[in-house]
Amino acid sequence: MIEINNVSLRLGGTQILEDVSLTMPKGGVTALVGPNGAGKSSLLSLIARLQPLQTGSISVDGLPVDTTPSRRLAKTLAILRQDPAVASRLKVRELVGFGRFPHQRGRIDANDLLLIEAALQQFGLMDLADRFLDNLSGGQRQRAMVAMAFCQGTDYMLLDEPLNNLDMLFARQLMRDLRAAADNDRRTVIVVLHDINHAAVYADRIVAMKSGRVVADGPPAEVLRPDVLAQVFGYDMDVIDVGGAPLVLHHR
Amino acid sequence: MAVLPNARLLVGAGLFGLFAISLCIGVDDLPMGSVFTDAGALQLLLVSRLPRTVAVVLTGAGLAIAGLVLQILVRNRFVEPITTGTGQSAALGVLAVTLLFPTASIAMKTLGASLTALAGTSVFLTIAHRLPPTQPFLIPLFGLVYGGVIGAAVTFIAWQADLLQYVDIWTNGEFSGVLRGRYELLWILAAMVALAWWVADRLTIASMGREVSLGLGLNYQRIVQLGLVMVAVISSLAVVVVGMIPFVGLVVPNLVSRLMGDNLKSALPWVAMTGAVLLLACDIIGRLIRYPYEIPVGTVLGVVGSGLFLWILFGRTQRA
Amino acid sequence: MPDKRLLILAVLAVVAAIAFMTVGLRGNIAFALELRAVRLVTLIQVGVAIAISTVVFQTVTANRVLTPQIMGLDALYLFGQMALVLTLGSVGYVALDPRLKFAGEAGLMMAMALVLFLPMLRRRFDVGLLLLTGVVLGVLFRSLAMLIARLIDPNEFAVVQGSSFADFNTVRPDLVVIGLVVTTVAAVIIWRLRHLLDIVALGADSATGLGVDWTKALAGLLLLVAALVAVSTALVGPVTFFGLLVVALAERIVDSRRHRLLLPAAMLTAVIVLLGGQMALQHLLDGAATLGVVIEFVGGLVFLAMLITTSKR
Repeated sequence: MIEINNVSLRLGGTQILEDVSLTMPKGGVTALVGPNGAGKSSLLSLIARLQPLQTGSISVDGLPVDTTPSRRLAKTLAILRQDPAVASRLKVRELVGFGRFPHQRGRIDANDLLLIEAALQQFGLMDLADRFLDNLSGGQRQRAMVAMAFCQGTDYMLLDEPLNNLDMLFARQLMRDLRAAADNDRRTVIVVLHDINHAAVYADRIVAMKSGRVVADGPPAEVLRPDVLAQVFGYDMDVIDVGGAPLVLHHR
Repeated sequence: MAVLPNARLLVGAGLFGLFAISLCIGVDDLPMGSVFTDAGALQLLLVSRLPRTVAVVLTGAGLAIAGLVLQILVRNRFVEPITTGTGQSAALGVLAVTLLFPTASIAMKTLGASLTALAGTSVFLTIAHRLPPTQPFLIPLFGLVYGGVIGAAVTFIAWQADLLQYVDIWTNGEFSGVLRGRYELLWILAAMVALAWWVADRLTIASMGREVSLGLGLNYQRIVQLGLVMVAVISSLAVVVVGMIPFVGLVVPNLVSRLMGDNLKSALPWVAMTGAVLLLACDIIGRLIRYPYEIPVGTVLGVVGSGLFLWILFGRTQRA
Repeated sequence: MPDKRLLILAVLAVVAAIAFMTVGLRGNIAFALELRAVRLVTLIQVGVAIAISTVVFQTVTANRVLTPQIMGLDALYLFGQMALVLTLGSVGYVALDPRLKFAGEAGLMMAMALVLFLPMLRRRFDVGLLLLTGVVLGVLFRSLAMLIARLIDPNEFAVVQGSSFADFNTVRPDLVVIGLVVTTVAAVIIWRLRHLLDIVALGADSATGLGVDWTKALAGLLLLVAALVAVSTALVGPVTFFGLLVVALAERIVDSRRHRLLLPAAMLTAVIVLLGGQMALQHLLDGAATLGVVIEFVGGLVFLAMLITTSKR
């Protein structure tokens, strides 16, 4: 369980987050949505201790993120930031292997090798495993980064707009993989999404943010209602029902 | 990928071959067969030839590793300590120690140089991280001029204090003065290379950036500090004992990265070895090209290294 | 208004020149005056050459943190010098008339500048890459020059060694006249091209759209710049950042990038800074530092500051 209590964040005179309190239970896929500048990425960074906490408290499975040793947290949560821009010339298998670093500090054993192969398998990277990252397409590289986070073997996986740079096919594939990670491996996935319809189909729960505050929080059917959406995104849009899942017609 | 074993074989054989050649070259004739029969020949080998060759190998390996580490810290492939302020800061330190304590030992000078090098490199790193990452060529350019300004200060102070001839020794790298008893500090370079290999995984993760490092539970701040110390110590030792040698730290990590990637646990030994090979080759060229006179290895590398660097620069853009 | 500022700059320059000739005059007045006159002419033409070559180079490369010397053009001159020594042998080189020598070196350098930089400028590289390439080329040619010097004469490599800083105290009476001719001709041509330069400053696409033959214009301007750099390098040695300093200063003063204003402003600023700086160091600080070192140091810092601030925008 992730507990966020009264968290505010100010950067360079701008209020990024304002008194956010939120509880995310273990398990399932939670999507963070909202317009640009809503504070989704900042909240994710704070949970993942990439950004130092200013006020309030955050704990993951009872571990306060600001005082728990970084290495201990790395066994509990994995974070993939938006556009990590890894310039190192690493092979895909090597990159994914670094996900085992928090557990082994570099000494890879037979069990780690199995986990690395499993991660490669899970994200369809077997054919690319021995290719260098800089020879891959943006979408392939993105999948390799997600596979590395997966390979970290943590209960919680935090992903910041992982669908960036992905075409429709790969975006769908990645969302399905994340869903499978939640369903089959009991991972807790928290993902910032731009496309609200991906959230509608693949998330168990949607947290909508605006101007540094949480505006709505609940299952897709509750959050993806015209009145809530208008409040979050600032314009009216229709929502229709397709096979039991809401579909937001945000583009019309 | 078939090139890999060949490249490794080439580097390994090159190191052995050049090591042997380096032992054979000198103004005095030294037939290798006579070493075991002639005490004078053995003496020459042990006092002059061997120390010089070992010093070249250690310096080449050390500078290549320093370049590699700095490139990781700055997250830019086009920097190296000798041309971006570390070397010049080290020279400033030696100059200061020489001025304040004229009788200081070479170890004291190295210590002083390491401290100023650490400060100079930290300033460079701080500013480099503020330059926009979208313009990767700005950082090396900034470094070159930054190093140039510090170098100008060194020249000016030395000129005032009438110490210019010393500055020449620190800025122009050459190995002709290396004898037994005057290079042993360079063995610290071997320790630095070993240290780098010990933390190779951490360095690889650090090369992926602060956020990836933190996410994997690596203490990014500490690895940066460790890296800075390594860069400063290696550069200072090189400057104090043999003088500035440019481009080894720049060219070698780029070449090795192309051939075997950046997973340092496997690539780092090759960076060190390739650095040794490059420097040995240039030192031998410098000794042979105008035999029996010597051309300083720094001058040879100015030509060979800048040529290689331009090749790397444009080979890269043409691929992209 | 800028014209009034130009007038003030001109008056200041004249005052500086008069002061340079007269302050602290002692001893054999006629002899001293003659010596000072030669130095005055040297400093003025060096200032003018550096100022306008920098303005033109910045316009051509569309970048304000550049000088021809940062891009290694002066190293080309050095290399040309060494190449000449290599082909003629050091004895033949020394015997050569200095004006002929200069012509040969400048010619070699201009040809090489054209061969090396025209393709780069035409292909419109990323400015950072262009800069880095120039700097490295500079290192390459400086090292080559040093290597050649050592090859020719392993013991006395002082020929090019001493020239790591500009020395504004040297007087080369043998080169003053030819330098003056080159500088004047180049300055007149550039002045007549001032409107073309305004268009070139808009960049390759706009200039071509306005009917400029880009390659031809580039080649011509590059040759002029090379000739001017040859003059200043031959007379006082390498001055990497001085041009940057005075052009940035001049641009502040006239608040314009129009060449009609910027060219004269940069020239006058260069002359004032050179003469004023020389006098200040000589009379006030008793020659405690050489002008070349001070200018390079300050200029280097200005360059770093400009690099940081322009990249922020």
